[in-house]
Amino acid sequence: MSETSLRNRVAIVGVGESDIGKVPGMTGLGLNAQAAKRALDDAGLKPSDIDGLLTAYSFTEPYFMLGSVLCEYLGLQPRFNASLVVGGATPAVMLKHAAEAIVAGQAEVVLVTAGENRATGQSRDQAVAALTAVGHPYFEQPYGSSIPGFYAMIARRHMLEYGTTREQMAEVAATTRRHALLHPNAHMKAPLTREQVLAAKPIADPLGMLDCCLISDAGGAFIVTSAERAADLRAKPAYLLGIGEFHTHEHIMCAPSLTEFGATRSGAAAYRMAGLGPADIDVAELYDCFSIVPIIEAEELGLCPRGEGGRYWLDGRAAIGGGAVPVNTHGGMLSHAHAGAAGGLFGIVEAVRQLRGGLGARQVEGAEIALVHNEGGILSSHCTMLLGKDKA
Amino acid sequence: MTETLPSPVVNADSAPYWQGAREGRLLIRRCDACGQTHFMPRHLCPACWSADLRWVEATGRGTVHSFTIIRRAPLAAFAPRVPYVVALIDLEEGPRMMANILGDDALDTAIGDAVAVCFEDRGEGAAVPQFRRAGGRG
Ligand SMILES: [Zn+2]
Repeated sequence: MSETSLRNRVAIVGVGESDIGKVPGMTGLGLNAQAAKRALDDAGLKPSDIDGLLTAYSFTEPYFMLGSVLCEYLGLQPRFNASLVVGGATPAVMLKHAAEAIVAGQAEVVLVTAGENRATGQSRDQAVAALTAVGHPYFEQPYGSSIPGFYAMIARRHMLEYGTTREQMAEVAATTRRHALLHPNAHMKAPLTREQVLAAKPIADPLGMLDCCLISDAGGAFIVTSAERAADLRAKPAYLLGIGEFHTHEHIMCAPSLTEFGATRSGAAAYRMAGLGPADIDVAELYDCFSIVPIIEAEELGLCPRGEGGRYWLDGRAAIGGGAVPVNTHGGMLSHAHAGAAGGLFGIVEAVRQLRGGLGARQVEGAEIALVHNEGGILSSHCTMLLGKDKA
Repeated sequence: MTETLPSPVVNADSAPYWQGAREGRLLIRRCDACGQTHFMPRHLCPACWSADLRWVEATGRGTVHSFTIIRRAPLAAFAPRVPYVVALIDLEEGPRMMANILGDDALDTAIGDAVAVCFEDRGEGAAVPQFRRAGGRG
């Protein structure tokens, strides 16, 4: 059976971010609700227009059926609802599921949210311990492994095979910080140099504290509807041109490779659906839970040849105005926000804003096609999307 | 109070594996249908889905595929051990597994190092497979 193309069928018509940073006055559900309200206002829709909801998961609040819990909290009774868990890949996968439901006539207006109060809803030790749970409970956790440690092993392998350097990884953090300083709602407000990243407290060699993503209180949301309905709404739509996912493992000990991951396949599926290629991309929002990750994704998604991801940053090509495809124009998870699945969702929010235009110094001139990549686990689950200012 | 290092959690898939570790033997699964060995132990072969599996004793020799030196322990029990090495080991038989590299020279670990299995006591006779540098490159 041939694939039903989602190209040009749906659009993101509203985006919202909650207050970001340390937001002690709000719960995780509250952050989701605030972001949802802002996204709905952005779209010019009312709560009664929503007939579908997708959300992710929470490490900080003890809810089981989080989708239903959020519907209850928001007073929604939709005909389409689920909570999905593919780690950091969840937001992009949620867009795919929302698009499929809309194309199948199972929903017309889908609210997609994610967010947690990770900064104030738990102690830093609790946060670190909770994240340890991502390691295999029986065959990885007994060795005192950690998520930074898993990504550190990937970084070290990349350094060996391609000559990638700590300095190149540090530039990922420095570049994204410069971008975050152009974003009014970014968690991080102070400049950051490559030297500071290199001198930061070591966490898991070769990664230091500033190679690791933030722990924020943050919620994000977007509204998806059919391309037909999008045309009648207030905000400029961002059309879904292509989307694809690919999954190779969950635990790093079972990863088929430490240098080649599923982003190549998810990206190829997205490009194929859109009828586009890497040369068509104007701006990219990549997953950056650790500084090595967008280096690898830039290679897998064709922004640069394999092995040249580190130089892509060190040469300034990832920067806004750097002459190539700017990456993580909002500051990414290293500098804008990271709170569970919301981290990757903010890349989608930023892509929509870049396509709408008018972002001042942060604006990528002439942005017409944006790529967003989300990954979950230890580069385990991948979803790539292409969004367009116009239909493809 | 010092927290003790975690003990193995035994389940139906892994009971012989952990019993082997108690006896100082590293056991892995081999598929009689397709001949592939795999890690971690499962109900069926991930290559061909045959449930016709047997336990075989690995030589315990392997090479370091990659590693990290943990400087911040994720759990309090590991804090006294910092800095320590977490590595992915490619066993001679093919499968890859995670372990610590133990020994006085552990922090000198490099990718490609030859390593040999050893067993670390985790209380009440339980043990986890670990590795030491064996000298040379695999
Ligand atoms: Zn088999």
